[in-house]
Amino acid sequence: MPEMTFAQAIDYALGEAMAADERVITLGEDVAMLRRELLVRFGPSRVLQAPISEAAFLAAGVGAAMAGLRPVVEIMMVDFIAVALDALLNQATKVRAFSGGKWNVPLVVRAACGGGYGDAGQHEQCLWGLLSGMPGISVLVPSNPADAAGLMLSAIQCDEPVVFLEHKLLSDYWLDYLGRGGRETVSFDVPEAGARGEVPKPPAPVPIGKAKKAREGRDIAMFGLGVSLHRCLEAAQELEKDGISAEVVDLRSACPLDREMILSSASRTGRVLVVDEDYAGYGLSGEVAALLSEEGLKVDFARVCAEEVVPYARSLEDEVLPNRRRIREAALRLCGGSA
Amino acid sequence: MVPDVQELYRQMARMRRFEEKLAELWNRGLISGEMHLGVGEEAVAAGVLAHLEEDDAMALDHRSTPPLVGRGVNMESLLLEMMGHPDGLCGGRGGHMHLFSKERLAASSGIVGSSAPLACGFALAARQLRPGKVAVAFFGEGAANQGMLLESFNLAVAWNLPVVFVCKDNRWAITTRSRSVTGGCLLRRARSFGLRAFRVDGTRVERVWATAGKAVGRARAGRGPGFILASCPRMEGHFLGDPMLRVFREPVRQTLEIGPPLARALLSRPLAALPARALHMGIIGKALATLGVEKYVLERDPLRRAAALLSEETRRRIEDEASREVEEAARAALAAVEGR
Ligand SMILES: Cc1ncc(C[n+]2csc(CCOP(=O)(O)OP(=O)(O)O)c2C)c(N)n1
Ligand SMILES: [Mg+2]
Repeated sequence: MPEMTFAQAIDYALGEAMAADERVITLGEDVAMLRRELLVRFGPSRVLQAPISEAAFLAAGVGAAMAGLRPVVEIMMVDFIAVALDALLNQATKVRAFSGGKWNVPLVVRAACGGGYGDAGQHEQCLWGLLSGMPGISVLVPSNPADAAGLMLSAIQCDEPVVFLEHKLLSDYWLDYLGRGGRETVSFDVPEAGARGEVPKPPAPVPIGKAKKAREGRDIAMFGLGVSLHRCLEAAQELEKDGISAEVVDLRSACPLDREMILSSASRTGRVLVVDEDYAGYGLSGEVAALLSEEGLKVDFARVCAEEVVPYARSLEDEVLPNRRRIREAALRLCGGSA
Repeated sequence: MVPDVQELYRQMARMRRFEEKLAELWNRGLISGEMHLGVGEEAVAAGVLAHLEEDDAMALDHRSTPPLVGRGVNMESLLLEMMGHPDGLCGGRGGHMHLFSKERLAASSGIVGSSAPLACGFALAARQLRPGKVAVAFFGEGAANQGMLLESFNLAVAWNLPVVFVCKDNRWAITTRSRSVTGGCLLRRARSFGLRAFRVDGTRVERVWATAGKAVGRARAGRGPGFILASCPRMEGHFLGDPMLRVFREPVRQTLEIGPPLARALLSRPLAALPARALHMGIIGKALATLGVEKYVLERDPLRRAAALLSEETRRRIEDEASREVEEAARAALAAVEGR
C-alpha cells in the first residue's frame, strides 16, 4: 500500500471516482489551484471555478445532483456554509422526503474544518453537530488517510446528501496556507498518524456509519473523531500510567452513529467519555448520551468539548479545544480518581 | 475644496508602516493564522476616511487594519490583539480578522460579503439615533458576487440608507481572477440597483478623496446610498506567505514541490487526450503568469504616487513620524508580550 498524506488520499479517491464515472464533478472557490491535479486530468468543465457565491453554487449542486450529476461541492471552510445553509437545510435534505421517496440528491459537500492554528472561531469551527441535525444527511469526519480516501469514495457513491469534513490539522496544505504560511517560526500539534499513512490502491470504500475501534481497553470508553480521536489516543497512553485502561473508538461520522459499537463499548466499560471538538451543547456528545439512555444503559458519562467561541490567542485556543490534559482529567474523574 | 495631501499621505504612511510591522511580527511567529494585509489599499482607506466624522460607522472585511489605524484606533492595542495578548483591543480573542472597536463603531469580519449588510444596519441606526451620520462598508470585488452583499445594495436603496459601499477592486479573490467568475461590470451592476455609482483609480489618493467626498456627502444629506469602485493593487498576495507569490519568491523549491504531482496528473491513467491535459495545465500557468506580470511589472504603489505630490522634505518628515509612532507602539507591545 502506498503512503499518502491525508490531503493526497482525499484527492486520490476523488480522482479515481472522477476517472470511473463522468457524472462526478467538483466545483468551488479556487479549485483550479486547490485541485490543480484534477483540473489537469479532467479539465475546467469538471473542475469548476466558482465565484464567492456559496448560496447559489451549493444550491446549484443540489439541482445538478437531482438532474443526474454527482457533484462534490467545496465549501472552502465549513464555517462559510452558514451563508448557504438553505441548500442543505431546506432543499437537499427535503427532496427525498417530499417526493415520496421518488427523487434523491447524491450530493457531496466537502469542507475543511477544525482549529489548532490560531485563526479564531469564524474559521475554526467543526459544526458537524449543527449539520447532523438535519434529517437525511450524513456527516463524515475521517481521522486518517485510509479512512479519508475510503469515506470520500463512499460519499460519492452514496445516493443521499453527504458532508465530508477535512480537518485542517490533518490536511497539510490547509495548515500551510492558513497557519504556517511557509514560516519556520510557528508550530502545531499535528497528530502524525492522522496526517500521513498507508492508503489501499485502488481505494477501498469505507462504509458510512461504521465506527472503528482504535484501541482496546477495559475501564472507560472514549469516543472521538477527526483530530479529537488522536487526542483520545494520546490521553489513553497517559492514562495507562495512571493505571487506567482506556478503550478508544473512532466514530468516523458524526451522523449516522454506529449504535452497535457505541453500545458494546459503553456496556463493557460502564464509563463513557465523548471527546468532541464541536460545541458541547445540542450536538454529538448529547446525541451519544441520548442513545445510551434510550437503550436503558446506565453508564457514567462525561464530555470534553468546545464550550465557547474559539478564541484567537493560541494559548486560549488550546484550552477551548479538547486537549490531553482536559481529557485525562475527565477520564480520571469518571474512574473515581483525581488528576 | 482641495484635498489636504499632506494629511492624506500622513495617514497612508501610518497604515503602511503599521502593516510592515505586522508582517515583521508575523514572520517572527508572533502573530498566528492568516494575516491579510491592506498594503496597496491605503489610498482608498485614507481617501474615504478623510470624510468621516465622529459617530460615523465602518463595517470592514478581512483587510481591516488600514481603516482602523486611519480611524485612530490605538496602535499598541491593535498590535497586542494580533499577538493574542489579554490587553489587546479585543482581549486577544478576536485577532486580525475579527477586530472590533465599539467606541469608533468599527467592526470587521472574515466572512466575505458580510460588511455590506452590517453597514446597512449601522446606517439604519444612524438615521434614527445619530441623524446626519453615515456608515461605510469596505469589501473586495470578489465579495461583490456574494448574495447578501447584492441584497444589501437593494436594501440600501429601498430604505434610502445613509450608507456608502466601497469596493476595493484588486482583481483577485485568493487564487481566482475575479473577472473569470464575474458576469458584467460591477459599476453597472451597482447602478442597476439604483445606487449612485462612482469609479475611481484607487491608487490616486486625491482622486479617491474627491470621489468619496461626493458619495459620503450625498449619503450624509439623506440623498441616498452610494457605491465606489476603486481599483488597487494586491501588493502582498492574498495573505502573508501566499503560496502563489512563493512560486516567484522561491521558484526552485516551489517547482520541486508542485511540479512532480502535476506531471503525474498529466500522465495518469486513463491516458486519454494528452493535448487536452496540456491545455488544462495552461490554465494554471496563465493564472500564475498574470499574477506575476501584475505584481512585478505593472504594480502601482499608492504611497509612491501620493509621495510624488509632496516635497522630498515633507515626505521624509511624515514618514519618519509614522515610523516613530509605529516603533514606539511596537516596542511597548513587545515588552508587554515578552513580560508575560
Ligand atoms: C463566505 C466566505 N466565503 C469564502 C471565504 C474565503 N475567502 C476569504 S478572502 C476571500 C477572497 C475575497 O476576495 P475579495 O472580496 O476580492 O477580497 P480581497 O481578498 O481580494 O481583498 C475568500 C474567498 C470567506 N472568508 N467567506
Ligand atoms: Mg479582491
